[in-house]
Amino acid sequence: MALKANDLTAGTTHSAVLVEDLKRTQIVQYAGASGDYNPIHTDELFAREAAGYPGVFAHGMLTMGMTGKMITDYVGDGRLTKFGVRFTNQVWPGDDLQSTATFADIEEVDGNKLANFEVTTVNQNGDVVLMGYAQARVD
Amino acid sequence: MPAARFPIEASHILMFARSVGDDNPIYSDAEYAAGCEPGSIIAPPTFMQASAQFDPDYFLRPKIGQPWFGSGKEATGLPPKTETGESGGNEKKSSGPGGLHAEQHFEYHRHPKPGDVLSATAKQGKRWEKQGKRSGKLIFTESIVEYRDQNGELVVTARGVGVATERPVDQ
Repeated sequence: MALKANDLTAGTTHSAVLVEDLKRTQIVQYAGASGDYNPIHTDELFAREAAGYPGVFAHGMLTMGMTGKMITDYVGDGRLTKFGVRFTNQVWPGDDLQSTATFADIEEVDGNKLANFEVTTVNQNGDVVLMGYAQARVD
Repeated sequence: MPAARFPIEASHILMFARSVGDDNPIYSDAEYAAGCEPGSIIAPPTFMQASAQFDPDYFLRPKIGQPWFGSGKEATGLPPKTETGESGGNEKKSSGPGGLHAEQHFEYHRHPKPGDVLSATAKQGKRWEKQGKRSGKLIFTESIVEYRDQNGELVVTARGVGVATERPVDQ
């Protein structure tokens, strides 16, 4: 089910919980699927003692991937035309993440209605871990 | 080097969707997907990142017969730095080889589906520096990767920005 342009007004939002109590195993699962085995994400000993971090932390792309589900659940399958983010804070095992898309405007390109959204993902402390945009074709 | 040949496979999409916590059947159930607008299983939005699996030189994957910098007997498998007498294992490195991911942008010309065979070509983008409050000097590098299908059509354009930090990010 895709969105309808007529249903979108400035400031319309859609939110979803992405994860509660992020597990190290999910970070490892993402490493395996994506192919990014960087030990700062997968190897607690390396992350602490060699890299100088408190421990392993999530790939930025895991947060972006989880955020992508919030967007595609909202705009519909195959409707996404653009998706871009900045990673603004690290995501740690145990974090809870919530993500929000806020409708900005609609542009018409080649007869398609393209809706622009601002995208923000925050952790349990309200710190923004990811901010960016998405654009999707709407009816 | 980007993946010269990135075959889009249903089982890879299934595993990738699971790993990002996405249980939408459009990523796993061909029969269900046939009845949806895309008409087939498609790749989730950030799936192009998994092209690393098909990059023979990707340096964040342990390779057979080659040293790996993750922990074993020591916290890092990097060889000690003999020139300075320092142990590579004890040095507080910043973000590990490759630095951290600062930004990622995707533009979808269409959504890849199982059976597509993509090829990626990369070009170096801009490079800039900034003084960070929490991690010292930051060096940003941008790269643009174009994924084309078996017919030479552009499918996804990806723009990534990496950052190398002077020291670990303050918490």
